Amino acid sequence: MAVIAGRPNRGALLPARLSALTDSRAGSLAIFIIKRILWMIPIVFFVILITFLLMHLAQGSPWDKSGGRQLSADVVNNLNIKYGLDKPEYQQFFIYLGNIVHFDFGLSYQYEGKTVTGLIAEGIPYTATLGVLAFIIIVPVGVGLGVLAALRQNTRVDYITMGFATAAASFPNFVIGALMVVVFSVLMAKWTQHAFFLPAADFALDDHLIMPVITLSLLPIAYTARLTRASTLDTIRQDFIRTAWAKGLSERLVVVKHVLKNSLIPVVTTLGPTFAFLVTGSLIVETVFNIPGIGRAFVTAVESRDYPMILGTTILFSIIIAIANLVVDVMYVFIDPRVRLT
Amino acid sequence: MAQTLLQVEDLHTQFFTSRGVVRAVDGVNLHIDVGETLGIVGESGCGKTITALSILRLVPDPGKITSGRILFRGNDVVKMDDEEIRDFRGNDVAMIFQDPMTSLNPVTRIGSQIEEAMTAHKRFTPELAKSRVIELLTRVRVPSAEQRARDYPHQFSGGMRQRAMIAMGLSNEPSLLIADEPTTALDVTVQAQIIQLMKQLNRELGTAMMLITHNMALVASLCQRVVVMYAGRVVEEGPVEQIFKSPQHPYTWSLLRSVPRVDEARKDRLVSIKGLPPDLTNAPPGCKFHPRCPFVVDRCKVEEPPLGEVGPDQVARCWVLMRNVSEADIATAKQSSISVAAAEKLKAPAADIGGKAGS
Repeated sequence: MAVIAGRPNRGALLPARLSALTDSRAGSLAIFIIKRILWMIPIVFFVILITFLLMHLAQGSPWDKSGGRQLSADVVNNLNIKYGLDKPEYQQFFIYLGNIVHFDFGLSYQYEGKTVTGLIAEGIPYTATLGVLAFIIIVPVGVGLGVLAALRQNTRVDYITMGFATAAASFPNFVIGALMVVVFSVLMAKWTQHAFFLPAADFALDDHLIMPVITLSLLPIAYTARLTRASTLDTIRQDFIRTAWAKGLSERLVVVKHVLKNSLIPVVTTLGPTFAFLVTGSLIVETVFNIPGIGRAFVTAVESRDYPMILGTTILFSIIIAIANLVVDVMYVFIDPRVRLT
Repeated sequence: MAQTLLQVEDLHTQFFTSRGVVRAVDGVNLHIDVGETLGIVGESGCGKTITALSILRLVPDPGKITSGRILFRGNDVVKMDDEEIRDFRGNDVAMIFQDPMTSLNPVTRIGSQIEEAMTAHKRFTPELAKSRVIELLTRVRVPSAEQRARDYPHQFSGGMRQRAMIAMGLSNEPSLLIADEPTTALDVTVQAQIIQLMKQLNRELGTAMMLITHNMALVASLCQRVVVMYAGRVVEEGPVEQIFKSPQHPYTWSLLRSVPRVDEARKDRLVSIKGLPPDLTNAPPGCKFHPRCPFVVDRCKVEEPPLGEVGPDQVARCWVLMRNVSEADIATAKQSSISVAAAEKLKAPAADIGGKAGS
């Protein structure tokens, strides 16, 4: 293999096949992705460690009953032995780590005989369906409103859009959810004599989805629209936009090719965490519309000190967030040529 | 008699800010003939750039052209509709902007940015436009143009970006190229190359050029005629040799005195202009330059002089005129402005253009 003069030969110590990999763009991208996936291992380890510590530092035990009558000391003792809670905490920690290496996430305490994996598998289809649908709505609506408001800055369009965004961001989603139930289910059913109304609860792949998806997407739409507007306004004032106008380009070309290509870069950054936040579920939306998703399962697990369930859902959330961020970083390479993978 | 290409008549461009109306361009008249090179000089903030942006109708908000005509081959640019102005920009008149570092889109390839300037006007077929990109980049001496066309702006140095900007400006063979401080952001050797390049292009393609600068040396080497602007107005205009040899407006005289020259005696030290250009929301009465003028007379403070003929093809807006100032007064002006300038420098470094104009 010839060494080209002056060029740092990074792959000199690697076998020929590997150095060919590091030299190509696709190769360096693949290596970057593999590196980042391997990095998830220490990240998940620390997530487990911190969650474990916090869980055990918190007051109470899984066997506390709300209300008056508590389990007898003997029963509690037997339960502790059954679930391994009698051992010192550091031992419990390592046992847990040993188990999850074999993808054994343990048994839930609150639902007897059910595995954590099974419970998550039951809840995730509901939550993910809602989250993905909401995301599909958020991106075009949020970005579209933001761009529109920026291009028509200080006009009625801008004021209406930003007014809507402020309102959507200010109302908590339990208020929006409850309001929608009152208007579209209760009152609509009454006014139209049950001819037209939306179902207020439960889950099905039909008009059951409308209200929960809207409730879930309003806040991210507002957030995305505001961010897009600010970023687009900032881009419009850049020198290179003036250059584009000076070339005699049409407005459509200036906006699409010059403004948006630049102004959407920061928006893409926030879409990763937004996606992760959506598919991990929302306690409030799931509670208001009575949807058996994992958002609710997580919160009830925390309330009842269901240790394996808390750990299982936390690990899942952290992996989803890590993957979403990885996807954003990879997308950056394609939308911003200045970004270098390291 | 050369044919007039662009005629600016009584142009007023104003900015409507919360502090009041800024009269950035206040009744400017100028013209450029076909194939001519015109220099527009003056300190920062005197309306040069806004005049150029007005010609392309690219005045940024909250600015507006409030009155006047801009005739390009007899058509009024101010009255053009959206379609006409789009066709005019980049096609009849192209502009090279001040800062090459920020004037190119960072996420689009250089070649594609030049190409779209051509495809927007349908003067060349898409295939021809593609091959012209390489041709233009070679012409502005970008080495290995074919490869570099696929680069992004961040892979270009400042000088290279400015060349790419020039290539973009020339892509449609415009009859007028406006260059706003094309060399300010560049180092000296690159400056010389860019000037050489622009000279050559003017000679070969017959492109008229409007060079906006505060650099008198650049004007001397590139332009045939000079317009001197102050506080949004033309204060002096004439052929470049004449303006350099016998400037009649004290402002032009001061600008020229602030350029260091090797061939002059060392005792003739640099003159900087005392004070700052006036606040354009509230310009002084009379001659706008009178508060800073070393040769001011009473009349200057109340009545604004008109642009009067002071020589063949030379006009100046002054009651006094340099030819009427005695040698003794000039000598004292040189002395006092140095000391005033030194004091001024301590208070407001921006007021001193002597250093800047010398580069």
